[in-house]
Amino acid sequence: MHASVIVFPGSNCDRDVKVALAASIGHEPDMIWHGDTDLPKTDLIVVPGGFSYGDYLRSGAMAAHSPIMREVVSRANAGVPVLGICNGFQILTEAGLLDGVLMRNAKLKFICRDVFLRVERTDTLFTSHYTQGQVIRIPIAHHDGNFETDKETLKRLEGDGLVAFRYCDQGGDLTIESNPNGSIASIAGIYNEKRTVLGMMPHPERLVDMLQGGTDGKPMFDGLVEALAA
Amino acid sequence: MKAKIHVTLKQGVLDPQGKAVQNALGSLGFSGVESVRQGKYIEIDLNETDAELAKGAVEGMCQKLLANTVIENYSIEIAD
Repeated sequence: MHASVIVFPGSNCDRDVKVALAASIGHEPDMIWHGDTDLPKTDLIVVPGGFSYGDYLRSGAMAAHSPIMREVVSRANAGVPVLGICNGFQILTEAGLLDGVLMRNAKLKFICRDVFLRVERTDTLFTSHYTQGQVIRIPIAHHDGNFETDKETLKRLEGDGLVAFRYCDQGGDLTIESNPNGSIASIAGIYNEKRTVLGMMPHPERLVDMLQGGTDGKPMFDGLVEALAA
Repeated sequence: MKAKIHVTLKQGVLDPQGKAVQNALGSLGFSGVESVRQGKYIEIDLNETDAELAKGAVEGMCQKLLANTVIENYSIEIAD
């Protein structure tokens, strides 16, 4: 299995994702510079976290129009799975691969801490190694993670089962306190219609080894490898 | 020609920054501030001399990059 990690000026989680992928795949992914126009043969594309282009204009807006993103969009439309984490999620919404928008956190603060997420479905490439409704602990680190959509889009996301993760408390309940950034319907991550593209604000790559304090992110990468290595 | 562009949040989109500014104005003693909405102002110098063509070009820029039309409106003013 081959994976590609896109690197923008200002990406800062690209190497974390590289380590996480390498641990699950058994060899390192290709690191692709944003100015490139072509992708190698790849079974998975990861758009990592960070502050691409210094978050100028809007988070993810400049990166979404980087030369490489034309190729990412075209591969995604051809069915190649894409995982966008944090800034990567923002970039995928700006590039039109995912619905909605990530706005400034409701309380205007940058938040960096672990949160609990509820896994909404497990019949996807990304979540097959979790169990339905499982509560996992994953770190967030963002200023613009307040997911918003209009009412019609939200209805479609909910109706079509496109919500991947929701912020919850330790017992899996959705409360005002357990929603760190004001996201609508406590949404922490969403899929595209075919569930081949996932965008999420939390960082699964930051908990894949006991040295990092936990491994709740590892099943995502192991699940992807199992699904895509065949 | 010069294009002056205002990018503002759509009605109904929550603006926590505007809200914070409103609260700060209140605490500074400025009474009667009913609401604050924060946006962006962008100036672009163009080598186009035809106002209609200039506006068309800037329209494209707003659609594609300068505004996120999911949550933002924009207005364009073309000046000499």
